[in-house]
Amino acid sequence: MDKLIELKGIKKVYKVGKVEVHALRGIDLTVRKGEYIAIMGPSGSGKSTLMNIIGCLDTPTEGVYHLEGVPVHEMNDSQLAEIRNKKIGFVFQTFNLLPRANALHNVELPLIYAGVPASRRKKIAEHALEIVGLKDRKHHRPSELSGGQRQRVAIARALVNRPSLLLADEPTGNLDSKAGEEVMKIFEELYENGNTIILVTHEKYIADHARRIVHIRDGRIIDDTGVAS
Amino acid sequence: MKWLGAFITFWENFKIAFKSLAANKMRTSLTTLGIVIGVLTIVSVASIISGLNKGFAEQISNIGSNVLYINKYPWIIMDDWYKYKNRPDITLREASFIREHSKYAEAVAPTSGRRSIVKYKDKILEDIRVVGIVYEEKDVENFEIDEGRFFSPIEVSRKRSVAIIGYEIKERLFEDDDPIGKKILIGGQKFVVVGVRSKRGNIFGQSLDIDVYVPLGTLYSKFGHRRSVGIQVKVKDPSLMEEASEELRFWMRVARALKPTEPDNFSINRQETLLKTYRDLTRGLYTAAFGIGALSLIVGGIGIMNIMLVSVTERKREIGIRKAIGAKRSTIVLQFLIESSMLCGVGGLIAVILSFIVSMLIDKLTPFPATVPLWSVVGGVIFSSLIGVFFGLYPAAKASKLDPVESLRYE
Ligand SMILES: Nc1ncnc2c1ncn2[C@@H]1O[C@H](COP(=O)(O)OP(=O)(O)OP(=O)(O)O)[C@@H](O)[C@H]1O
Ligand SMILES: [Mg+2]
Repeated sequence: MDKLIELKGIKKVYKVGKVEVHALRGIDLTVRKGEYIAIMGPSGSGKSTLMNIIGCLDTPTEGVYHLEGVPVHEMNDSQLAEIRNKKIGFVFQTFNLLPRANALHNVELPLIYAGVPASRRKKIAEHALEIVGLKDRKHHRPSELSGGQRQRVAIARALVNRPSLLLADEPTGNLDSKAGEEVMKIFEELYENGNTIILVTHEKYIADHARRIVHIRDGRIIDDTGVAS
Repeated sequence: MKWLGAFITFWENFKIAFKSLAANKMRTSLTTLGIVIGVLTIVSVASIISGLNKGFAEQISNIGSNVLYINKYPWIIMDDWYKYKNRPDITLREASFIREHSKYAEAVAPTSGRRSIVKYKDKILEDIRVVGIVYEEKDVENFEIDEGRFFSPIEVSRKRSVAIIGYEIKERLFEDDDPIGKKILIGGQKFVVVGVRSKRGNIFGQSLDIDVYVPLGTLYSKFGHRRSVGIQVKVKDPSLMEEASEELRFWMRVARALKPTEPDNFSINRQETLLKTYRDLTRGLYTAAFGIGALSLIVGGIGIMNIMLVSVTERKREIGIRKAIGAKRSTIVLQFLIESSMLCGVGGLIAVILSFIVSMLIDKLTPFPATVPLWSVVGGVIFSSLIGVFFGLYPAAKASKLDPVESLRYE
C-alpha cells in the first residue's frame, strides 16, 4: 500500500518566556492511503499540535515530514498554503466557519483560493453539501444552523477540493451525542469511499469508529494498534 | 489558467472587501471623512481655478496679445499708489506723436471713458461707462457688430453725436424695439444709435455688455478734456513685443522731453504682465489648496490605517480560517489592500460628488465661475485609492503574517 504520510522524529518545542514546553518529543508515524485513524490521549499530550503539523498549519521544530513523498518540512509559506488548500481538509472542534457567509459560500471558499471559476465552484460546493445532507440549507448562515449542521458544513468545506487527507480535531467535542453520531456516520461513509481520515478524540466510543487507534502521552506515541490487515 | 486563477482571486477579494465595508456603513463613512475633506479641498480649488482660467481666457482675449497699452498707471501696482499719483495725463497729442514716429506700430488707437446717465424715452440707466473710441479701435481689438454698423471715419473726425451700444444696454433700453437710428440721451446730450456691439459675456460677475461707445472727439467736445487717455498700440510683428515696448518708451520720453536721469512717468502695459500676475496668484492658490488637501489626506490616511489595524485584530479568526483553508500571504495582503483602497476610493467618490455641488454653489452665489475639470474627478478617485493602498500596506502585511494556529485560537 502507498505511504501517504511519513513522520520521523517530529519534535515541537514552544518557548514561553524562558520556559521551554516540549509538546512533541519525537513522533514517528506512517499513514497509508485509505486508513481511518483515531488519535487519543489526555489533555495537553500534544494531539492538536501533531494534527496542526500534519495539516501544515504549523511546522515542526525538528524532524522530517513527507506527504505523498514530498518533503513538507522544506516548504515555504506559500507552498504550505497550497498544500492546505489542495491536499488537506481540516475539520475543527469549533467549526471555524465565516459567520457572515452562508453555507454555500463557506463551502466555496477553498475553491476560490484554488482559482476555480464561479459557475463550476457553485456546482462542486452544492454537491459537497448534498453529501453531508444539507442541500436545502445552502443559503443559511452559520448562526441559523445547529451545531451538528455547522460541523457538516465544515466537513463539506473540507471535502470540496477532493483532498488526499481529512483531518478532524475533536469534531464531536462541541456536539451532543446524537449530532456527534450523525457526523461520525458521514466520516464512516467517507472512509468507505476511500478517503484517508485522521481524527482526534477523548471519547472511546468515537475512537471505536476508526480502524486504528494511536495513543499519545507527553508528546510521545505510547500505543499504536497498527494497520488492520 | 494561472491568469484566470489570479483574476478570480482578485474579483472574489473585491467582493469580500465590498461586503465587509457595506456591513459597517457608519464606520466606513466616518473613516473616509478625512479623505473626503482632502479630495474635496483639492477638487474644489481646482474647479474654481479652472473656472477662473476660463473667465480669464475670455478677458485676456479682449486684451490682444499683440497690443501694447500706454497708460498713466501700471495695471498691477505692487508698491505704493501715491508714487504714480502726480504723473501727467496721457494726451491725444502724445497718441498722434506715437502714431507718427513708431515703426513697430500697425495701428494706434487712443481711448478714454467716463461715467454717465443714459436715457431712452422714460427708461434711465445710471452710472454707465461711456467709452470714447477712434476709427482704428476695430484694428486693435475684436469689435464685432451685432446690428447696424461701426462708426465711419467721417463720424469720428467730425465729432458726430453717434453711439454704439452694448448688447445688454440694447436689451434694457429697447427691449424688442429696433434701436438703430433711435435717439438716446447720454449725460443730457442727444446721440443717435448707429450700432449694437455683439454680446461678450461676463468677467468675474461683471457684464462686458453694458458699455456705450461714442467717437473720442465727440466725448471730449461734449464732456470736456479733463481725463487721461489710454493709447492702444497694435504691434505689426507679435514676436517683437519687447522691442516695440522699448521703442514706445523711447518716443514717450521724447514727447515728454524727459532727462536721462528722470524715471518714466507713464506705464507701458501688456497682456503678458496680467498673465504673469494671474499665474503667480493661482499658483499661490494651488499651493495652499494642495497643502491643506495633502495634510487632510495624510490625516485621513492615518485614520484609514488605524481602522484597518482595528479591523485586522477584529478579524483575526477570519484570517486564520482563510489561511487554514489555503489563502496565501499574498492573497490576504490583496484582500486588505483592496479593502483599504476601496475605503479611500469611496471617500474620493463622495468628495467628487460634493465638489460638483460646491462648484455649482460657487458658480451661483459668487462672481467666480467654477467648473469641475474631468482630470480632477478621475485624479481624485485614483489618487485617494492610492492613498488607501499606501496606508493599507502596513495593516495588510500585519494580517498576512498572522500565524494560522494562533489566529484560530483567538476569540
Ligand atoms: N502556542 C503555544 N504556546 C505554548 N505552549 C503551547 C502552545 N500550544 C500548545 N502548547 C502546549 O503544548 C502542549 C500540547 O498542547 P496540545 O494543544 O497539542 O494538547 P492536546 O493534546 O490537543 O490537548 P487537548 O486535549 O486539551 O486539546 C500543552 O502542554 C500546551 O500547553
Ligand atoms: Mg487539542
